[in-house]
Amino acid sequence: MSKKKMTLPELATALNGLETEDGLSFHAEMIEGEVPALQVSVSDREEFPIYITIDDSQILAVSYLWKESEIKPGAREALLDALLTLNIPMPLSAFSKLGSQYVIFGALSSESDLKDVIHEVDVLSDNTLEALESVSEFLE
Amino acid sequence: MSIFKKLFTAVRGAATEAGEAVVDSQALRIMDQEIRDAENELKKSKEGLTTVMAQKMSTERQVKEKQKAIEEHEGYAVQALDKGDEGLAVQIAEKIAELTNEVTPLETLLTGQIQSVNQLKQTIKQTEKRLQATKREVALIKSTASVQKAQDAIASTHSGSTSAMSSAMESMQRIKARQQQKSDKMNAALALEEEGGDGDLKAKMAAAGITDSGPSGNSILEKLKAKRGNASA
Repeated sequence: MSKKKMTLPELATALNGLETEDGLSFHAEMIEGEVPALQVSVSDREEFPIYITIDDSQILAVSYLWKESEIKPGAREALLDALLTLNIPMPLSAFSKLGSQYVIFGALSSESDLKDVIHEVDVLSDNTLEALESVSEFLE
Repeated sequence: MSIFKKLFTAVRGAATEAGEAVVDSQALRIMDQEIRDAENELKKSKEGLTTVMAQKMSTERQVKEKQKAIEEHEGYAVQALDKGDEGLAVQIAEKIAELTNEVTPLETLLTGQIQSVNQLKQTIKQTEKRLQATKREVALIKSTASVQKAQDAIASTHSGSTSAMSSAMESMQRIKARQQQKSDKMNAALALEEEGGDGDLKAKMAAAGITDSGPSGNSILEKLKAKRGNASA
């Protein structure tokens, strides 16, 4: 009964060269590995690519922010507070940490359609820049 | 340990410096092992469930047979009484008592079996859920590792330096600078266009004899003549 699930190569094909209403364009590249991921770079924002993985239950899109070592001395608590506070007002994305790496991510049902995923990538890329802007005072 | 706690440990084994693996491979191996264990457990539970369900069906059948026999013998007893054969009726009644005594433990057994089936079903459901969650987390950790490698590669490409990772703020500054450049370019183009528009207008005005250009020889002479006229008057 469940819908056909999207695969990363399908997503790559759909994203490649796609242009959004805001004039952003995507470039998608497969990263092979034990668990493959899709690296999506957004034009003019190549520094913050988005990584997408698909498993049985969810599609995960992650963008890397800063590392623990980039936080200004003494500003960590204020930064964490700001991140928690931002979590809800920020549309579709949330903050997390992988090791010492702070990330921003969005998770979708693995049965989402292409339109949803594209929207997710678009919003996540915007949120990445917005988030960095918002907490820049805490970072070196 | 809860899955989240384990995950936390697995990822935390991670790296504080760039280039180091984010994932603790030891923790990952443990989680892989746990997945295999859970899968085995699940297989056993399912086999157990099949067995207990078969036993339950057998008990149900036995209970039904005994109950049917009791009903039949009750009929026989009534018939014997109708025929006035008290002795036979007593014998039949004794048989009924015997059958009833046999049913009671069977019913107790059945209740237990029904409980076992429900419990096993519950266990299977929980194990499946846990298994799925663990698999998901392991997949996430593994993909994180490949993503991390890619991320390191990108960072060194964009920072232009060989070793130092570029910080998020530096990256952000670069993006902003590019955006500024773009908008400057666009503004410049707009300004040019505007000037172009102005130039056009001037040309049209000049063609129509309207001009704001500096004083011409003629107009100065006219002014001087006017001055002299006034002075001599």
